[in-house]
Formats: sequence, structure tokens, C-alpha cells
Amino acid sequence: MRHAVALLALLFALPALAVEPSEVLSDPALESRAREIGQALRCVVCQNQSIDDSAAEVAHDMRRAVRERLSAGDSNDQVFAYMVARYGDYVLLKPPFKTGTLVLWLGAPLLLLIAGGALLLAARRRQRAGLTVPQPLSDEERQRLDTLLKP
Amino acid sequence: MQRRLLFLLPLLTLALMAGFFAWSLLAGRDPAAIGSVLVGRAAPRLDLPALRAGDPPLTAALLKSGKPVLVNFFASWCTPCLAEHPLFTRLSEREGATIIGIAWKNKRDEAAAWLKRLGDPFKSAGLDLDGKMGLDWGLSGVPETYAIDGNGIVRMHFRGPITERDLNESILPFLKGAK
Repeated sequence: MRHAVALLALLFALPALAVEPSEVLSDPALESRAREIGQALRCVVCQNQSIDDSAAEVAHDMRRAVRERLSAGDSNDQVFAYMVARYGDYVLLKPPFKTGTLVLWLGAPLLLLIAGGALLLAARRRQRAGLTVPQPLSDEERQRLDTLLKP
Repeated sequence: MQRRLLFLLPLLTLALMAGFFAWSLLAGRDPAAIGSVLVGRAAPRLDLPALRAGDPPLTAALLKSGKPVLVNFFASWCTPCLAEHPLFTRLSEREGATIIGIAWKNKRDEAAAWLKRLGDPFKSAGLDLDGKMGLDWGLSGVPETYAIDGNGIVRMHFRGPITERDLNESILPFLKGAK
């Protein structure tokens, strides 16, 4: 019983959000879109928090602006564009793919490719070097081994 | 021979990373810098009620007077604003700069009392009580200062308090050059 209650409690546990009740829109569909956007927008004060997670004044203003734009009929992309026009790519927790971010996006996969290739090459080399299959023991050798192993 | 080159690969990676870190440290790269997308663009909207009783409300015309203008967002509750305040007094009194002050998320009485106590260097002063206009200016907090040329184009954006160095190296040359 106790376990069941604990499990149930876990099931309903939500990440702590800074979104205040007064900010929440009455339309649940719009509000869920606002949450989706809010999770992807970076707070300009706290750096590694989304605006939904941040209690900063500016994050509050940004959440309000997101909801205003959505209520005015903007699409999600339009809301992102609205924020980028004011704060730049900095506000996007997922940076866009462009020349300035090439290393960021392709650096790690490239490194993986190089390292993987090197490993593969090394493995193949080792295999080729080990191609000489050991000959089975001759009778003489087996006899010697037997005497050595006998207690 | 080829095999030995392969051993250099991790070393090369290390050297590459060390190079990046060294550059980050030595070139003063600040990964936390927000930057500003406003620089080089027309100034955002300006329409606010006046902070001082009897003043006309603030409009975009103030930014297109043909003369360079400084726009400073401040608040009476903000300590760094207190630190930079004497510099604005100096800019206004000694350099004859046109400065627009905007009280951000600040009650009218409190902002007015703050200016009364410290001196009021602002040609026009507005009130952005709910911070809605600050968002259009890409504001991340107070204090922040914008330098706008005579045509209404944003030329500089300082996040945080301006310093003596900002004044001497950026703001004064701007005010002299952007007539």
C-alpha cells in the first residue's frame, strides 16, 4: 500500500516551474503551446534556465509576452521570431544551424567519426597481424606438456 | 609509419582543445555575453507616460531629433544604477548630452524620490512600470544604456552599469562623432 502511494505520488510529481498561476491562460491548448515555447526559450538573466524555470523578472515578462503573442494568433515560429528579434539567438536553448554554429553542431559527430575510424583501422590492423594461426602441438610437445602439468 | 601517425590523433585533439581554451581565456571571450541584436537597427518603440508630473509623455520623436541621444533604463531599487548615476550627471552637466531616463518596474513616487535625492540628469524621463516596453528593447535588467544616433539608429548597447572607461572610450567619442 505504502509503495503504491509513493508510486502514485511520483506519477504526479511535476518539475518545479516558475510559471505563476496568474500567468496561466484559460485556454488549455494555448497554455500548453505557451509551455512548449517557454521550455525552449532561455532566460537572459540565468543563462541555463528556460523562462518557465526562472523566477527572474525578465523571464516573467517574457512568459507574459509569449502568451500575449499566442492569444493574438501567432504561430509558435512567429513567437520564437518575436523573441529572437529582441534578444537574438541567445534566447534559443536550441541554437539554430548556421555558419556560426557549424562547429557546435558538427564538431562532436565529426570527432566521433574520426575516433571511430581510427579505432576501426587499428582493429583491422591487429586482425591482419594476427592472421598466422598457431600450429597444433606435435606429439613430442604434447608429451612434454603432459609431464609438466602432472603433479 | 602510418600506425605511428595514428597515435598522434589524440594528441592533436588535445592540442586543438587546448588552443580553443587558451583563446577563450586570453581573448577575453565571454560565453555569458548576451550581445545585442539592436545595434545597427532602428530604435524600438518609445511611448511611455512621463515620470515627472506635468511633463509630456515620451514619444519616438525624441529619438529622431537629429542629435545623438542616450537612453538609460534604471530603477530606484537597483544598486548598480546608483553606481553609474554620477556618470550620467557628468554627461548631462559637463558634456551637454541628451539623456532619456526610463524607470523600469519602479513605482512613480519611488523613482521620482530617487532622482530628487541624487539629482536628475534626464532631459525626458519615462515610466515603464510593467516592463513591457523594456522587452521590446531587448532589456535583460537594469541598468542598461543605449546610444542612439541622430537618425534614430541604435549604435551601442551597454548591459549593466556604464563605467568611466565606457564613458571615455565609447560614449564620449560617439557623442562627438555622431552629430
